[in-house]
Amino acid sequence: MTWSDIVLATLKENGLRLVAYVPDNILAPLVSGAATDDHFISVGATREDEAVGIVTGAYMAGLRGVVMMQTSGFALIANALATLVVPYQIPAILIVSERGVMGEFNVGQALVARTLRPTLDTLGIVHHTLAEASTLRFVLDSSIKQAFTTQAPVALILSPLLTGGNPAARAQLL
Amino acid sequence: MTNDRLSAKTLGRTALTRRLVQRLVHEEAVIAGIGNANFDLVAAGHRPQNFYMIGSMGLTCPIALGVALAQPKRGVIALEGDGSILMALGALATIANVKPANLTVIIWDNGIYQITGKQATATAGVTDIVAVARGAGFRHSEWVRDEAHFDQLIDRRFETGGPVLLAAKIDDQPGRGRLMRDPPLIRHRFMTGLGASGGAAPDASLIC
Repeated sequence: MTWSDIVLATLKENGLRLVAYVPDNILAPLVSGAATDDHFISVGATREDEAVGIVTGAYMAGLRGVVMMQTSGFALIANALATLVVPYQIPAILIVSERGVMGEFNVGQALVARTLRPTLDTLGIVHHTLAEASTLRFVLDSSIKQAFTTQAPVALILSPLLTGGNPAARAQLL
Repeated sequence: MTNDRLSAKTLGRTALTRRLVQRLVHEEAVIAGIGNANFDLVAAGHRPQNFYMIGSMGLTCPIALGVALAQPKRGVIALEGDGSILMALGALATIANVKPANLTVIIWDNGIYQITGKQATATAGVTDIVAVARGAGFRHSEWVRDEAHFDQLIDRRFETGGPVLLAAKIDDQPGRGRLMRDPPLIRHRFMTGLGASGGAAPDASLIC
């Protein structure tokens, strides 16, 4: 199984059906895999905070979901996390593909990536970096279960160590 | 009969919100945006299916879309101000493409950021929210002519299928109610009101 097969299978096993996302190269196999599987309801959002709002509403009405975004998109959602997800105790599952590190060519991405973990730490949101295929299922499965049980969000960061990074970026490196 | 922004009657948001709530007889979910949309929803009398926001300007419609997707048999209403929807016009495009038949978006348009000191919004200029929603792909997007037209639009919204956007030109009176800002309690009451409390129902098919 590829890393993306493991992620989709684990989401499915945990009853997560709604996938709200803004696309990204690394997320492409997750987005297309969800779109072609009837288990999932895929919603392409125009902004990442919109995707957070959709998953929040769905959760409160009994439908579990996940938000998928890249690091620059995460930088757009601080307000949605601080004023909605955290205070209302929403178990939002946030899957963030990590751009800006280990072979980034775009200085903007490299800078915005530095805001990811400090923002999560400041808001007290649990996060794990998914870097190993061998532990991927365990970390993801246990984190999702903990999030719903404790009514708390969790961010799962897809490291280039797991995904191989952005394939389009590699060609642009000097 | 002409039905546009210029000819729409200026209505009272407090009275119109009461009018709306009186017509909700099927436990419809109502998600109210920050500020006066919220205050007037509280003033119309608390219902277990009300969700009140404490921030997250612009996310009323996305939250309502999530509720509508999770419970396709329940009517869902987003109450949003002009300033807030202008922050999230992309959400109209998302909703128009997802096409939730059970979702109605109501825009209270007074052309001002009322709560921050009545600064003008873009709708006080050349921007027409009903036209924006049509351009985003809403098949049903209308200006509310007057109170009777509002009643008529609210009552027929499921007959023609959604999503529907209704924009009402409203006055600049402050919202009447006082919001209790206790987010976990607001969420818990809302989830209970929708039959989704406790997170014990991972399968949406159990809810509707």
